[in-house]
Amino acid sequence: MPEGIRDKVVILGMGCARFGERWDAGPEELMLEAFTEAVDDAGIERDQIDAAWFGVFYDEQSVGKSALPLSIALRLPNVPVSRVENLCATGSEALRGAVYAVASGACDFALALGMEKLKDVGYAGLPERSKGSFDDLYVPSYTAPGAFAQLASAYAARTGIEMADLKRAMAHVSVKSHQNGALNPKAHLRRAITMEQALEAPVVAYPLGLYDCCGVSDGAACAIVTTPDLARSLGRKDMVAIKALQLAVSNGAEAGHSSWDGSYSLTTRVAAQRAYAEAGITNPREALDLIEVHDCFSITELIVMEDLGLSELDHAPRDILDGVFDRDGAVPCQIDGGLKCFGHPIGASGLRMAYEIYLQLLGRAGERQLTSPSVGLTHNLGGIPNRSVASVSVLGLTH
Amino acid sequence: MTERGILAFGAYIPRLRLRRETIADALAWINPGLKAQARGERSTCAWDEDSLTMAVEAARDCRLDDLDAPDNLVLASTTLPFTDRDNAAVVTEALDLPEHINTLDISSSQRAGTAALANALGAASGSSLLIASDCRETRPASPLEMQTGHGAAAALVGSGKQLLARCLGHRAISRDLVDHYRSRSSRFDYTLEDRWVRDEGFLKIIPETVAALLADLSVKPDSIDHIVLPAPARVAKRLCKILGLEDSGLADGLAANCGHTGAAHPLLLLTATLEQAAPGAKILLVGFGQGADAFLFETTKRLSSYQPRLGVAGHLKRRHEESNYVRYLSHRGLVSIDRGNRAEFDNRAALTTFYRKRDMVTGFKGGRCEACGTVQFPRAAMCVNPECRAPGTQTPISLSGMTGQVKSFTEDWLAATPNPPLQYGNVELEGGVNIMMEITDCEPGTLKVGTVVEMRFRIKSVDERRGFTRYFWKPSPVEER
Repeated sequence: MPEGIRDKVVILGMGCARFGERWDAGPEELMLEAFTEAVDDAGIERDQIDAAWFGVFYDEQSVGKSALPLSIALRLPNVPVSRVENLCATGSEALRGAVYAVASGACDFALALGMEKLKDVGYAGLPERSKGSFDDLYVPSYTAPGAFAQLASAYAARTGIEMADLKRAMAHVSVKSHQNGALNPKAHLRRAITMEQALEAPVVAYPLGLYDCCGVSDGAACAIVTTPDLARSLGRKDMVAIKALQLAVSNGAEAGHSSWDGSYSLTTRVAAQRAYAEAGITNPREALDLIEVHDCFSITELIVMEDLGLSELDHAPRDILDGVFDRDGAVPCQIDGGLKCFGHPIGASGLRMAYEIYLQLLGRAGERQLTSPSVGLTHNLGGIPNRSVASVSVLGLTH
Repeated sequence: MTERGILAFGAYIPRLRLRRETIADALAWINPGLKAQARGERSTCAWDEDSLTMAVEAARDCRLDDLDAPDNLVLASTTLPFTDRDNAAVVTEALDLPEHINTLDISSSQRAGTAALANALGAASGSSLLIASDCRETRPASPLEMQTGHGAAAALVGSGKQLLARCLGHRAISRDLVDHYRSRSSRFDYTLEDRWVRDEGFLKIIPETVAALLADLSVKPDSIDHIVLPAPARVAKRLCKILGLEDSGLADGLAANCGHTGAAHPLLLLTATLEQAAPGAKILLVGFGQGADAFLFETTKRLSSYQPRLGVAGHLKRRHEESNYVRYLSHRGLVSIDRGNRAEFDNRAALTTFYRKRDMVTGFKGGRCEACGTVQFPRAAMCVNPECRAPGTQTPISLSGMTGQVKSFTEDWLAATPNPPLQYGNVELEGGVNIMMEITDCEPGTLKVGTVVEMRFRIKSVDERRGFTRYFWKPSPVEER
């Protein structure tokens, strides 16, 4: 077993643009908004950054391919910049690159920035894109809600829960995130909703209604990372350290083999186990003070609670309805509103989650601050349950 | 000379039926006379069907299991999706037939089906899988919209001891009577006065042709048990009278529940007749269009042990009403409905990719891992079984005949499709194959985890900008029979 990344790298500064339908801002403005906050927070000069990782998913939609857009927008001094893309785990992938660079000793200061400008598409929802020249010949022209909605029918079939009861638990997921998002000035959706509104919303993809789906938002988020020693030399005492960064990628088994029943995220299970091992966590429900999971759809958050080992198998609906993941529950989830309400600019999302954990651990989360949390988890589930990229990261307070 | 005839037969009628009253209700404002024709219903293709997909399904309706692969595949139709691409070759690959067979498209006449039949029967040797399929486009409020339907029929023609019906003789007259026509540049038929067609066409050309055939064979009209005349019922009765045929033997023209299926109609009615005929029965078959074909068949003892999978009778029972006339128009491309920005997505098919993968796409062949036995789709260099993952172990295996079960599903109102909601789900086929597939011929609200499905050859999508139709297989719920 490799020794892993635990405690080798700390976050020196973070920034996050206001998410939403940013008709006022293009990719450059969003990047700058996040970067300015992060570099001010880090207390270093722009030119001290040794290397950067740029995460964007729909390159063809906003900025084009390669790392150039970041380097140009920030006028970086010709340092190495890599563009990374790994579906909805893109932001976490950018962070992984920067963290590994610092851990290797190749860089003192590394930048990870994720950005997505979705609202130049011209219509609601995510843009239609080719799924690949072969896939386009046989894969249904599915959408993200439709692909994730299938989890619900499979979960209901596996556990025997009535769809109406499952829908109530899903509605609770969204109601909770709307409550949390209302407290977050940077969130896209800041209005609380009722169970009735959630349950009676128009259907997008059975059984998902409008409020079961996250927002489509513009945004950017960014982290500057360094070694604990360098951070201390800059006068830091309380620091947020990387405890684990794990990624698990489907190999086609879920999509093509009968061993998968369609009701859970295999890659999340694998990534979580590896991340807990890397971070030295044996009981995640005890160890984690808050979590930011990939709630692209309410059903995703629901099944992921089991895949992350935070609910017993088949018990997620009950735990959710019991308030375990509410703001005042045992494991507060999406305390910033989550993808549901903070928004989901794809390339930025992983870093946005880290941003919230970072603020919470340092006690800088304002109105939504939890009482002295010390360990938090972020989770992304990119792609669709059939073929996915899952990232699980653990961040912890260190001194 | 070797006896030749029919070794197998089958049919396909789309599940959707449009009641003529639905048409009349929508269009009586322009032609109150439509109300008088508003009896019964016509068949109509779903948005993802055309003459090519119906041809594949008609061939699959034949019981070909015990028979040798045909030497020829002939596709007769006036509405083939491609004017320059061998449509019969697509059908051949969809049916997983060997590629050394001869393929041929026959078109340009309502007589295309019977002309192809005459050719196949007239060949000295060899067998032909003959498929006739038509999906005529009709202008709203036109008589043809009421009269026509969509459908296909197939017959394996050859010789040998397994004949279900022997052909006793054939006669043709070729005569350029232009009762209607459709030039290459037009979507719709241009039709002439039906009284003229009746008097100068049906009532003259058909009697001449049939009389010549019966004289050739020295067969008396009253010895004929079944008469297949793809003409309006009243005209068919008059023809029987003219020819001295017992009109009690007249095959139902399917006007009430299907409509006239164009080049497919003579073979479709022949199929329906064979489904019911007793051994030793004589069947007169007529085709009409710029002349006429007449055939006389005699059924064999073997017929009593043959049934197509569904046949005409089964397909007529497999019915779902299209109650929305505007949706029918939209699916037939006769009205431009706003399908939203998402439908603007421009997706040119990579035909290089298609060529490399076409046995999977058209033939729906997956792979079977020889190391662990796992059947999978798509076929890949390495086995998908997480416990195996062996390289280079897969041999092709046909999945099109398999049934499956829905493992998970959705009804997606966001996805761009001509027929929202797009229904799809993870489907598990026999042998453990797991595929996410679009589901067709299925009403929203009816799918369940565990629903049993069978595979159908359908249109995957149409590139309207480039006029290219892609085909793939879709599961549809197995209905109670």
